[in-house]
Amino acid sequence: MLERRQVYLDNSATTRLDERVLDAMKPYFFDKYAVATSEFAYSQGIEAREVLDSAREALAAALGAAPGELIFTSGSTESSNTALKGAALALGNRKGKHIIVSKIEDFPVLHSARALEKQGFRVTYLDVDSDGFVNLDELRGSITDETILVSIQHANQEIGTIQDIASVGRICGEKGALFHTDATHTFTRVPLDVSRIPVDLITVSAHTIHGPKGIGGLYVRQGTRIAKWVDGGFQEFDLRAGLENIPGAVGFAKAVELVTPEETSRLQSMRDRIIDRILAEIPDTTLNGHRWKRLPQNANISFHFIEGESITLHLDMHGFAVSTGSACFSRSLEGSHVIFGIGGDHERAHGSIRFTFGRYNTMEDIDAVVQTLAEVVQELRSISPLGR
Amino acid sequence: MRSPYSETVLEHFRHPRNVGKIENADGKAIEGSPACGDMVSVYISVEPKTNTISAIKFESYGCASNIATGSIITELAKGKTLDEAKKITWQEASEALGGLPKIKAHCSVLAIEGLRSAIENYEERHGLVKERNPTTVEVVRKRLKKVMNPMAGLDLVRTNLVRGIEVEDGTVQVVVDLPPDHQFASAIKEEITEKIEPLWDVKEVAVVFME
Repeated sequence: MLERRQVYLDNSATTRLDERVLDAMKPYFFDKYAVATSEFAYSQGIEAREVLDSAREALAAALGAAPGELIFTSGSTESSNTALKGAALALGNRKGKHIIVSKIEDFPVLHSARALEKQGFRVTYLDVDSDGFVNLDELRGSITDETILVSIQHANQEIGTIQDIASVGRICGEKGALFHTDATHTFTRVPLDVSRIPVDLITVSAHTIHGPKGIGGLYVRQGTRIAKWVDGGFQEFDLRAGLENIPGAVGFAKAVELVTPEETSRLQSMRDRIIDRILAEIPDTTLNGHRWKRLPQNANISFHFIEGESITLHLDMHGFAVSTGSACFSRSLEGSHVIFGIGGDHERAHGSIRFTFGRYNTMEDIDAVVQTLAEVVQELRSISPLGR
Repeated sequence: MRSPYSETVLEHFRHPRNVGKIENADGKAIEGSPACGDMVSVYISVEPKTNTISAIKFESYGCASNIATGSIITELAKGKTLDEAKKITWQEASEALGGLPKIKAHCSVLAIEGLRSAIENYEERHGLVKERNPTTVEVVRKRLKKVMNPMAGLDLVRTNLVRGIEVEDGTVQVVVDLPPDHQFASAIKEEITEKIEPLWDVKEVAVVFME
């Protein structure tokens, strides 16, 4: 309304597709639309198989894994469901019915755990500290002989805190529990090499790195027992049925190829600038999540005495897209479970704004949003009954 | 920009009317809902001869619909008698705003309650209230009519979600026809408790969900 420039700062919700990704995908919609399932019927099927295999190889390599350890899925929701439910199906009657997750996991993990609870599994929801870190001693003490799986995210979707997954993996290894980590927001941005970090299952996704929506992956360490729960054909090493999404797989591999360490450090400098400027220039603000051990592309700040949906709406009117942990913003009318998890109260969740950066953002965007924010925050505070 | 809100809502959100406090207000109230987190304060000046609202101001800690509803009710109430102003409903406010999303009923009803409470506050301070009555099932039901069913945009009683009310020795039990893990269960529970607990003779509120 006031300005027509659009600045998208919600890159953890999803990202704009890179044109180069689309170019790589295009042939597989038109000329080469066969699926790998048809490899024994005709030559186009063989080509589809080869293309799928090389995409798989590229993705696996990005995790330091072997190609046979990576299955394609429809996205991170399905990957995390497969990790939790697949492990539960495979081991529930064999080893035990206990699962451990952190309280601040994203919904695919959290709600899969809740669904399993209804099927008779026992779930331990680990607390986190004020920065969002899981307590490793508490984790160690929670694992029993019955524990089949521990699911602790690599980094948090809202506050960006990066967990010490190397230690989590070691503890799980010592105690004989499988370890799954949701790396939806860290994949290619924060190093994760399965030859160094003992992790059995990893959720990854394309849409957070300027790849297409509708394609994700699950790393399954060689020898890890998980059961198939999407039944049908024998695709994906007989772990996940369904026709192969060849254009998606090709796009995913291309998206991975296009992420560079230089770009990631550029996003990190945007993060540092927005955090430093807001905390210094706008009074009564609190950073959510750890200051340094956080996603390079994430800043999350609570603006006290005002409500997040009002902030996002004002920002939207100025062309800035961000998200909030406010209850008013969610369809369940519940404030962010992550902000509550780190000990924040309703007010802190209510006024929390998440900024997430991507390839198409610039430093000018950061300075522009900070300036607009300062005005919006002041305006909303002038009508708030709190804080004066 | 596209928005789930009407043009009028956005207009009031961007330029809220009658914002602020009235020093030495004749009646004032703060209404807040920990379930949604929003909060509204309402201040009124009353012309005693005619019992009309001569001035009204509000402040809001809330989302767009909360701010817009606060703004519109100050316009609707100004110049009305206390009895007329008390009868302003959420539906009237919503209509005056060109409609509110149902899911936002929850946050916007606060402003209506704030206005009523500010009037009640004036009446209490000026000896206009009758004596305190004991809490009965009917009293509880009346209060539950102020708790919104966010799925319908109407209150719990009208949408048949209240399946039982018992009042015994200061304990009020409300049975709600929703499973305990329903997405709105905890928000509704908090709101019910918030509405019933302040009753002078209520010691405990139990909200029971049905499996």
